[in-house]
Amino acid sequence: MVLPDSEKIRFDLQIIGSTIEPESRVLDLGCGNGDLLAWLETHKGVQCTGIEQDKEKAAHCIARGLSVLQGDLSEEVEDYPTCSFDYVILSQTLQQVYEPAQLLKSLSRIGRKVIVSFPNFSHYTIRLKLLFAGCAPKNDQLPYSWYDTPNIRVITLKDFRKFSSDVGYTIVNEIAVNTNPANSKGNVVHLLTDLRATYGIFVIEKS
Amino acid sequence: MTLETSHSRSSVGIVEKQYYTFAHPPELLVLENGAEFGPVTIAYETYGTLAEDKSNAILVAHAFSGDSHVAGYYRDDIEDEKPGWWDSMVGPGKGIDTDKYFVICANILGSCMGSTGPGSPNPETSDPYGLDFPMVTIGDMVNAQKALLDSLGIERIHAVVGGSIGGMQVLQWCVRFPEMVRCAIPIATTMRHSALAIAFNEIARQSIMADPNWNNGNYYGGSRPDMGLAVARMVGHVTYLSDEAMRRKFGRRLQDKETFSFGFNADFQVESYLRHQGIKFVNRFDANSLLYITKAADYFDVVESMNKSGPANDTRQNKIKYLIVSYTSDWLYPTYQAKELVKTLKRTGQDVSFCEIEADCGHDAFLIPDDRLSKLIGGFLNGTA
Repeated sequence: MVLPDSEKIRFDLQIIGSTIEPESRVLDLGCGNGDLLAWLETHKGVQCTGIEQDKEKAAHCIARGLSVLQGDLSEEVEDYPTCSFDYVILSQTLQQVYEPAQLLKSLSRIGRKVIVSFPNFSHYTIRLKLLFAGCAPKNDQLPYSWYDTPNIRVITLKDFRKFSSDVGYTIVNEIAVNTNPANSKGNVVHLLTDLRATYGIFVIEKS
Repeated sequence: MTLETSHSRSSVGIVEKQYYTFAHPPELLVLENGAEFGPVTIAYETYGTLAEDKSNAILVAHAFSGDSHVAGYYRDDIEDEKPGWWDSMVGPGKGIDTDKYFVICANILGSCMGSTGPGSPNPETSDPYGLDFPMVTIGDMVNAQKALLDSLGIERIHAVVGGSIGGMQVLQWCVRFPEMVRCAIPIATTMRHSALAIAFNEIARQSIMADPNWNNGNYYGGSRPDMGLAVARMVGHVTYLSDEAMRRKFGRRLQDKETFSFGFNADFQVESYLRHQGIKFVNRFDANSLLYITKAADYFDVVESMNKSGPANDTRQNKIKYLIVSYTSDWLYPTYQAKELVKTLKRTGQDVSFCEIEADCGHDAFLIPDDRLSKLIGGFLNGTA
């Protein structure tokens, strides 16, 4: 029995959740408070595991009945047997990963499909800010100043399309969404996604 | 307003130590070293109510010098007597909720807290066994617990929980009787002792054996090796603390004095504290039991069997759910050892959760009331209800 903290999870997590087959095996890297995992267990009967660096968040997940390992995700993914998971989720974490290419290579070993979501740095608000204000851009999705950001890299949808193919993946599904952090509402963007999407969600699998 | 702290929750109240004796000749208990041994008496306590289908049992395994008295009070306790050693964790509404679960704790084989050990009378001679007591292992302790559960008609336990040597018993349960275990919570423990851990145990044993009163273990009825046992406890106690804890608790503060005595009295508070711990221990523990239990812990090694275990050939129903807990300041079984266990479980496809708890009080942190551990365990147990 897993108790979701709230029925309404973040919009981008709802989209990720909707792409996952029922009864599958899922690994969520950087699972935070476990909202997505709890939703998946309750609504899709998914066999879930999470990895979370933050001790308090990991303890919170375990205390709500989820299987979660506290640790560094780049290290923790190494120990699983090949094809341990149907999906590995990297939700809003890639921009904080030290060696993304190495990580995605490891993920192609342990998971059949990888779902990656990240804030889109080519959103028009970002472009305009850099163009007109000349300052390191901030918006609702990337609210940090250059000196206090946990994000060690910025990614655009276009960048990720190229990157995923460079590290040996094929894009199975690309969903561009327009939503705000911590918001359960949003919409899927179909036109001019590179400019209008605040987040990109990619389902990729090994080529 | 209600205060939701572990202190405001109620106690299991008055409890009673019970005894189960088995392995009467000729049905002796076969030990891991090949010897046959019996009869065996196991002291145990239970809390809560066993469900009709007997599905709600939780086995708590105690640490090296612990006993079956996990929670509550005895009827003949003196006033202000402390409750059982894990009273903060076990009770109505607590982490291990006795309103839901039937909790069992058995004193380990080889101990001196009611179960058969080197201080128990040898039926052949009527004298205490002393060193005639066989070398028992963690596996033998677990076999004795299994015999107790059999006698209670319990075929499957919802969880087995324990810290330190209690955690070793948890792991032993998982490799020996995996089909009986639903959840396992090994806390502040290891799959096998490091050289450091063996070294400290060896110092403890040598200090007992160097005491002339030890007399090859044959001291019952005469002067006991109190000095040796006290020193052994002092060594042990240091390994249960941490640099941070000792700095905070004692620093270089002096005990009831302003200046050094320039002698060998206990000038520093830490000296006085350790002497006090040593003397306190002598009054409640048997030196031979320390020898046997520390040796059992040193021999313990489940690395190979944990690597071979796992649900590869198992159905999903039989998968054990693990919760591994370590403490940042535990230098006896540091987090890297817990992580090795986690790694092994991941490699063998087990369902494992892991959390390192931030605490400066060292290895013994799991015995100190802490809502974080209670919530972790409570939530984990509920998650697999």
